Amino acid sequence: MSEQLGVMPAQTVGPYLHIGLHWPDGPYVVPEGTPGAFWISGRIVDGTGTPVVDAMVESWQADPEGRFDHPDDPRGARPPALAGFRGFGRSETDGQGCYRLLTVKPGALPEPDGGTEAPHLTLSVFGRGLLHRLVTRLYFPDESTANAADPVLRSVDADRRGTLLASPAPDGLRFDIHLQGDHETVFFAL
Amino acid sequence: MTTQDTQADSGLVLPRYRRDDVDAHPPLLSPGYQSTVARAPRHPLVYLPQRLTEITGPLLGEGRVGALDHDLTRQHDGEPQGQRIIVHGRVLDGDGRPVPHTLVEIWQANAAGRYRHARDTWPAPLDPHFEGVGRALTDDQGRYRFVTVQPGAYPWRNHDNAWRPAHIHFSLFGRAFTQRLVTQMYFPGDPLFFQDPVFNSVRDQAARARMIARYDHAATTPEWALAYEFDIVLRGRESTPFEDEDDDE
Repeated sequence: MSEQLGVMPAQTVGPYLHIGLHWPDGPYVVPEGTPGAFWISGRIVDGTGTPVVDAMVESWQADPEGRFDHPDDPRGARPPALAGFRGFGRSETDGQGCYRLLTVKPGALPEPDGGTEAPHLTLSVFGRGLLHRLVTRLYFPDESTANAADPVLRSVDADRRGTLLASPAPDGLRFDIHLQGDHETVFFAL
Repeated sequence: MTTQDTQADSGLVLPRYRRDDVDAHPPLLSPGYQSTVARAPRHPLVYLPQRLTEITGPLLGEGRVGALDHDLTRQHDGEPQGQRIIVHGRVLDGDGRPVPHTLVEIWQANAAGRYRHARDTWPAPLDPHFEGVGRALTDDQGRYRFVTVQPGAYPWRNHDNAWRPAHIHFSLFGRAFTQRLVTQMYFPGDPLFFQDPVFNSVRDQAARARMIARYDHAATTPEWALAYEFDIVLRGRESTPFEDEDDDE
């Protein structure tokens, strides 16, 4: 193996991330009108309960059949089962600290050791005051059996697991992100 | 899907990305940078094994980049004020392998140190010919190139008489979710480094130095533009033998 190179350190996106990272189609993991599509929305709040108006959420997920159109998936890259499915979403927070993503539910995923991961999205949170992105996961409230067997959820203290569960909302799901405080969201080291 | 028979193993062999050294990135709580105090999580991060969602990621292609997106000096009818610079380099992984065809997004202040953003209201002029936003895809060797103007420094309210050193924000996807990175590129010899808590939040001096571009006289365009080279190293993979087994199908 060649000599390992030192990685580039992360830095904050700063307060003006909107100018550089705004995509008009950012929130659309799937196009509007996709059968089964719903909104995931939520608010990001800091340790004082103040909405974070200069942050951004990015999401990544499998398609509804649990596949990725990616060469490193050892099952083989497979074009998405759903037309227009991008797998990726990006949403800056608005003046109330809210983000929103239009998506569909991903399939469950096989684990290397034979287990199964419950359907989930992996999220990155960027913002002013965040020197490195925060990584978290979103799980679905209607998957209690799969969630109970999910190896990642099981690795989290039971009293904090709930922070990774979305809750039903009129147009889909709600998933608030607490950077700090009594309800601090579980964030992961990747 | 349930596999509960004798098959204890799914046969999936996933690539693994090396975990970063503790000092490779800034600590989330860096009180010198005041905004971290109410925003950095207080619980320790929970270890996340890298599974299918993490070792894959969006491979965003040509459709995202317009013909002039890499040239911030040609996005308007007139030219922006300021010193023209070429910023180029390679995106590599931790083993020195190029990361080809990956999206690089940049944004920056104008030559006077002002961002075209509603919340940037300090009294420096906006430039009608400068947006301060660029995008490019790396080529098959991982190379990218932008043309822009030297950004100015600007004051902020973090501490008494605080000024951010001139910088360009960089956003990178790499090949997998594990490699996603947002950073800032700084300029060599900036006299403002000593008092900047964002730059100095990276505690390891060698790591901090990686964020400073190299002046690159060979890449200048005579009688036109100065040049800087900025290579960006994303996480590398563990060297595990890759077994191509399909017995989970």
